[in-house]
Amino acid sequence: MSIDMSQFQQAFFEECFEGLEAMESGLLNLDTGNIDSEEINTIFRGAHSIKGGSGTFGFSSVADFTHVMETLLDEMRDGRRKVTQSAVDVLLGSVDCLREMVTAIQNEQSVNDASVAKHKRSLEIELNGSAGEDTSVPVEVKSIKEKSEPEAEVNISVDDEAVELNQQGWKIAFCPYLDLLKTGNDPVRMFRELAELGELTILANVQDVPDFYEMDPEECNISWDLKVLGDSPLAEIKEIFNWVEGDCELDIQQLVIKKPAKPVPVINKSPKLEPVITPEAKPIPVPGISSKGVADDGETVLQQSERELTKVTPKASSSIRVDTAKIDALINMVGEVVITQSMLGLVGENFAMEKVGQLKRGLAQLERHTRDLQQSVMSIRMLPISFVFSRFPRLVHDISTKLGKKIELKLVGENTEVDKAVVEVINDPLVHLIRNSLDHGIEMPAERIAAGKPETGTIELKAYHRGGHIVIEIIDDGHGLDKKKLIAKAIEKGLIEENSIITDKQAFELIFMPGFSTAEQLTDISGRGVGMDVVRKNIQSLGGNIEIISEPGKGTTIAIHLPLTLAILDGQSVAVGSETYIVPLVSIIESINITEKMLNNVAGKGETFRLRNQYIPIIRMHEIFNVQPVNREKTTEGVLVVVEGQGVLCGLFVDDLLGQQQVVIKSLEANYRRIEGVSGATILGDGSVALILDVPGLVRLSNR
Amino acid sequence: MTKEAKNKAVDKSQHSKQMENAVQYLSFTLGKEEYGVDILLVQEIRSWEPVSRIPNVPPYEKGVVNLRGSIVPIIDLREKFNLKIAEYTLLTVVVVLQTGGSNKIRTMGAVVDAVSDVISMDKTQIQDAPDFGTKVSNEFITGLISVNERMVMLLDVEKLLKLEDLDQHDN
Repeated sequence: MSIDMSQFQQAFFEECFEGLEAMESGLLNLDTGNIDSEEINTIFRGAHSIKGGSGTFGFSSVADFTHVMETLLDEMRDGRRKVTQSAVDVLLGSVDCLREMVTAIQNEQSVNDASVAKHKRSLEIELNGSAGEDTSVPVEVKSIKEKSEPEAEVNISVDDEAVELNQQGWKIAFCPYLDLLKTGNDPVRMFRELAELGELTILANVQDVPDFYEMDPEECNISWDLKVLGDSPLAEIKEIFNWVEGDCELDIQQLVIKKPAKPVPVINKSPKLEPVITPEAKPIPVPGISSKGVADDGETVLQQSERELTKVTPKASSSIRVDTAKIDALINMVGEVVITQSMLGLVGENFAMEKVGQLKRGLAQLERHTRDLQQSVMSIRMLPISFVFSRFPRLVHDISTKLGKKIELKLVGENTEVDKAVVEVINDPLVHLIRNSLDHGIEMPAERIAAGKPETGTIELKAYHRGGHIVIEIIDDGHGLDKKKLIAKAIEKGLIEENSIITDKQAFELIFMPGFSTAEQLTDISGRGVGMDVVRKNIQSLGGNIEIISEPGKGTTIAIHLPLTLAILDGQSVAVGSETYIVPLVSIIESINITEKMLNNVAGKGETFRLRNQYIPIIRMHEIFNVQPVNREKTTEGVLVVVEGQGVLCGLFVDDLLGQQQVVIKSLEANYRRIEGVSGATILGDGSVALILDVPGLVRLSNR
Repeated sequence: MTKEAKNKAVDKSQHSKQMENAVQYLSFTLGKEEYGVDILLVQEIRSWEPVSRIPNVPPYEKGVVNLRGSIVPIIDLREKFNLKIAEYTLLTVVVVLQTGGSNKIRTMGAVVDAVSDVISMDKTQIQDAPDFGTKVSNEFITGLISVNERMVMLLDVEKLLKLEDLDQHDN
């Protein structure tokens, strides 16, 4: 029976990526001085399940590669090997390499063999090179065996055991003559018998086998290298080969493998050990090369991780993992809705006026259930922000090493939940901002000491809920933004006029202008002068905003405000002329009728009103949206909706408040385009379309 | 017999060639003029219904409607082509067009006076649109065909649906 495995492949890929992420974070958490065995176990488990899965699905290249990693990790786990920084770095590099391999397989592209081979080699060098302090020859021999195993040998786990249990066995070179089969002997039967004596490893040597068309099926062209482990006497082995004596070349040697701790020279020179090295074994790497190889690899680790982090994966997985409790709640809710619906159906079947009360109750119930249902569906889309944050320790680790800075990354509020769509889009802007902080924000250690600050810089990544928003802050304690430098640069680039008076806030805003970069020296990490404007555009496209607070010498805080969800919003519908608009409830402070006394005109043009000793500008919706007819000319007749957008208060002058409701946000841009002052559209109960107002956009529009 | 088969094959290849060149256009009228669009780009034909106006856009962009849950903009082709503005009547129809343009599928409705015909013809019959000079914009017209002595102007839906960028409009 054949099962179509492809249906499970997607799940396997996702598991792989999860495993890789676990391995990566585990490796980063490893403190080489103080090893937590649970941490190594986690990493090992990740590697092990990837190896198992890839074997099942027939991705042998992945399985082979992971096997080498697993071997290294296994030794660390058992305490047979010290955890060194270089080993951790090599493993991190291998995690990247593995991720690339899996991505390539997922996208049905070819795997970059050169890079795989390179990582595999450095892993092997790590395996060979430094097994703790006593770099003895036996260890080397052992690791060579491990290397060759995945290529040809049938039985994999044997050798490790041989080492551990100090077992003995026999090494048999069995090279039959061409007419062995004609004498009625069957090697397979012989091997079966051998296997009964002890654990058997068979390596077939097929290089003499001719092409298919030249092959004579009655000729035996294969020779075998066999290993039997166990304490069976030589006579028993010889007995099995009794019948073929004279029809083959047979060489039986005793095989003894001692524990690595045993004296070195004896084993090294022992001819008995020779046969362990299979014909396929590669030359033993010279220790001189190893250090270079590892250094090289350190480079690629950085490059790869950067490439990986900046790249927008077009084929992002579209599935999502949901807590079963959430799904159970959802199913309950659906059950309730179905019950209510059938109850209403009954009421409707033989409707009489006296049933009105029942009907109303039913409708109220339905409304409640619908709202609950909606909430639980929404909660399925919510993911903890740690999905994004978890990648940054690696980024900070890599880049700070590269720059020679000492930086500590603090994560606060990783469990803050946010919509999946936000999680997907926020990653790239955050990467950019953190790089900026790493590269431009935090000073070099010497500079920091000179400024009287601790040598290690801190970057804090913080997420929390405020109102209907999620706030993500990136706080560094670097040298802050230099206002003078920003202004000088902006003048030089012709972005602003010379001698223009600029507030701190406006100066910081400059870095969001296209083509602006103050870094004296361009690095490959940041500072190409593209980016901050793109960052802001990305965040604005999510309906959020970004602001900068910076103090020279103290540090910079970049705060990103984002809506919690992109799908549904609480809105207040307002009437403007004959049209209906939706104002997001979160931005409304209050709605008032004003009196003549509160009104003021500024320079005969701009209208303001005074509310509790604050002068608030009025935006006439009819005017900025060119709505006809204007029902109410005087601001005292209509309603002023006081809204806040990006820290600015203003009063929207509308005709009437219509009602509050939850609206489903529909994109205007899908088929149309972005409209200034409008963040999206929604469909009202009567099937017509209403536009959702974007308060910051309205403020910009009215300032024109 | 082989000859016959050969002939058949030739016939077939000619036939398939014809098939390759065959195109169908949906024609509609704007005043006295007749226009055609590639029928494969037409999603549906609807009667006119009131739209929700969009503020601060060119007047030919009439607004948006709810088309089974998605927001679809409606443009008035008369206004877009600077023809005399007509009252919307019961016969006024909206041709919902789709482009797969630059990797993103867009849907848009075009208001026309009436839909008239489906024209099947050979690609080779399409004539190039003459250069009208600067007086009349023919940037949306890909070619001309004559059907029963009537001239039908073929529209480039791709260009038609490409809206001016907002910033451009502001400038």
